[in-house]
Amino acid sequence: MAHQEKRAWIMLVVTVVAYTAYIVVVLRRANGTPLTEVAYAAVLIASIVLAIAANIVLDIATSLGTPRSEYKADARDKEIARIGDLTGQSFLVIGALVGMGLAMLDADSFWVANVIYLGFVLSAVLGSATKIAGYRGGFQTW
Amino acid sequence: MKPTRVTNSIRTLRFAHGEMTQADLAERIGVTRQTVIAIEQGKYSPSLEVAFQIAHVFGVPLDDVFQYPASE
Repeated sequence: MAHQEKRAWIMLVVTVVAYTAYIVVVLRRANGTPLTEVAYAAVLIASIVLAIAANIVLDIATSLGTPRSEYKADARDKEIARIGDLTGQSFLVIGALVGMGLAMLDADSFWVANVIYLGFVLSAVLGSATKIAGYRGGFQTW
Repeated sequence: MKPTRVTNSIRTLRFAHGEMTQADLAERIGVTRQTVIAIEQGKYSPSLEVAFQIAHVFGVPLDDVFQYPASE
């Protein structure tokens, strides 16, 4: 498996696990009360910080013992990364636009923050899935 | 992903050149071994520059490395 494909898998798995954990904690804290009354901010930030840290640690762990020639991104890796990033970026923009709309409508900060966070998550998941599809199913530039 | 109609003879050329390994070819053209595998399997069509680099490694014209059917 190409090293950059491993990185895409790590990003996908870490993002899904971190977001699932966040949702579970928030729903448990809600326990029947409205979601807008849940103390979500610290959990949200913690899930993002831990996801970034886990990504870095796992990236370093998979890089150990990998020769430099295999670790470095080549032309194919860069082309697949570009398509994956473009796919993910669209969801980032959608999340930001919906968040902006909610802020303009004076929606509760819980919904604004969570829509933007969902945008981050969908961006990472779709971007990573696109990259993995590029490695697994093939990628043609001609 | 739409399959490419481009085929290649890299595997044959490698064996004809002293059973060159995929890792050796990858090193000479500056890509990873996984990329050479993807090119050989037709899962990735390299840039024109990389295609010419592969042809230069084997000392053959580009047409001897990559083929494209003339008609349907």
